Amino acid sequence: MPDRRLLCLAGAALLCIVAFMTIGLRGNIGFVLALRAMKLAALLQVSVSIAVSTVIFQTVTNNRILTPSIMGLDALYLFGQMLLVFLLGGLGYAALDAQLKFGGEIVVLMALATGLLLPMLRRRTDMGLMLLAGIIFGILFRSLHSLLARLIDPNDFAVVQGASFANFNDVRTDLLAFAAILTIAGIVIAWRARHVLDVMALGADTATGLGISWSRTVTGLLLLVSALVAVSTALVGPVAFFGLLVVALAERIVDTRSHAALMPATMLTAVIILVGGQTLFQHALGSSSTLGVVIEFVGGFAFLVLLVFGSRK
Amino acid sequence: MIRIENVSLRHGQTQILHDISLTIPKGGITALVGPNGAGKSSLLSLIARLQPLQAGRISVDGFPVDTTPNRDLARILAILRQDSIVTSRLRVRELVGFGRFPHGRGRLTPDDYAIIDQSLQQFDLTDLSDRFIETLSGGQRQRALVAMAFAQGTDYLLLDEPLNNLDMYFARELMRSLRRIADENGKTIVIVLHDINQAGAHADRIVAMKAGRIVADGTPSDLLTPNTLQAIFGFEMRVETFDDTPVVLHFR
Repeated sequence: MPDRRLLCLAGAALLCIVAFMTIGLRGNIGFVLALRAMKLAALLQVSVSIAVSTVIFQTVTNNRILTPSIMGLDALYLFGQMLLVFLLGGLGYAALDAQLKFGGEIVVLMALATGLLLPMLRRRTDMGLMLLAGIIFGILFRSLHSLLARLIDPNDFAVVQGASFANFNDVRTDLLAFAAILTIAGIVIAWRARHVLDVMALGADTATGLGISWSRTVTGLLLLVSALVAVSTALVGPVAFFGLLVVALAERIVDTRSHAALMPATMLTAVIILVGGQTLFQHALGSSSTLGVVIEFVGGFAFLVLLVFGSRK
Repeated sequence: MIRIENVSLRHGQTQILHDISLTIPKGGITALVGPNGAGKSSLLSLIARLQPLQAGRISVDGFPVDTTPNRDLARILAILRQDSIVTSRLRVRELVGFGRFPHGRGRLTPDDYAIIDQSLQQFDLTDLSDRFIETLSGGQRQRALVAMAFAQGTDYLLLDEPLNNLDMYFARELMRSLRRIADENGKTIVIVLHDINQAGAHADRIVAMKAGRIVADGTPSDLLTPNTLQAIFGFEMRVETFDDTPVVLHFR
């Protein structure tokens, strides 16, 4: 019963949220709550945008191993950021309006991602080629990123350095409102496309036969994926394996690829891991900064397991 | 009516189809036969707009396939390809239900459920309807895919080698089902076949292709003669007639 499982997931997610908000409240409660609410909003957005973008990406590419970040999309985003610092200087970059900058970065990422990935996705090329190309893209952008990092002024470097590592403890709250609009729009579009996604999972030919304009739909979905990747990368930084982990878990929990069940399940799983994990690390283990490392470790392990034992194709 | 006018297709240096013109009237079963690499599947995928048209024109019921919106075309034409892949964790009933996608964009009405049940019954899948696709044999999967194309409820049905993986019993059953829906529901079926005797027994018309050209076209009794068959396939074979149906003894 996917419905009952979804309810259980929703309950667990809610529990994590309540725990995150209430455990260890001390001092000026109003102030602490407001602070935590901001952080919670950011974590929720990150969970949801990573979940939705990964599900869509996996359906479009027809595999269970690739995620936008394994294909180097977030590396591309960081490279764009570094390029801006390089061109404008650290002061110029810091002086830019944060939301304007964010908007610009999203547009650039959407354009680049679509330009690079679309030729490969137009006809579903084979998995090996995709994976290889993605890894090479990722390495290319990370190398360009570090090349620029060596070229710029050390002071400027300090400006971008903070953005280059996943950090769930120190989220960018100044972009929250803007990112929230994007995330909500993304969820709405993805939810409306749930039946289309189900059909696209059958393959390009079958989907075309059933009346889907393949290239146009893939382009649209890819733009959506890049916008969502930009949201999560801007808020907390790059996370390579989180998306893979939550989709793999959610798929096993609801035991279906039907997007009407899989998408909510993935979002809820992501919330449970991220918000629950953050609560656990902050209060029980007292080292909130390591959550990113742990998630990457478990996610990377899941990636290897999927590679070795196959992904129930 | 499917009207194909001066259609050519090339992949790089290789010319796949040479200036094909063919008219398939509404109703009945037309079988496309020919040796491997004759361009049968390519022609079928051009009619079904799975490949862009390079030269020439194709229209189905007066709708040009290259300019008609994809959604509209999906309500008059259904295609089953040879290499239809299927995703995981999908039940037979859900797969057949996708055939109704062009009509409600994923929302299923009671009418849709009735059509899905009818398709399942038509292709002997009722007992299998709650099984996952990946647990089926190749032949059962093939039948599920044909049922999906049938559930699409289109006037035109294009099938690319649907008898692949089917045993003799189900090959005969499938051809009989196709014959029935052509006769009773007035469907127009274009089918690529390798078994020339299935074509002879069930098709109204056989179109033979070779090296990207149409080399013969006619009723089974016109076409299934030793001379014509040798011209198409390049070797001699005996033809006998049983109960007014020509039978080609190609296997010895």
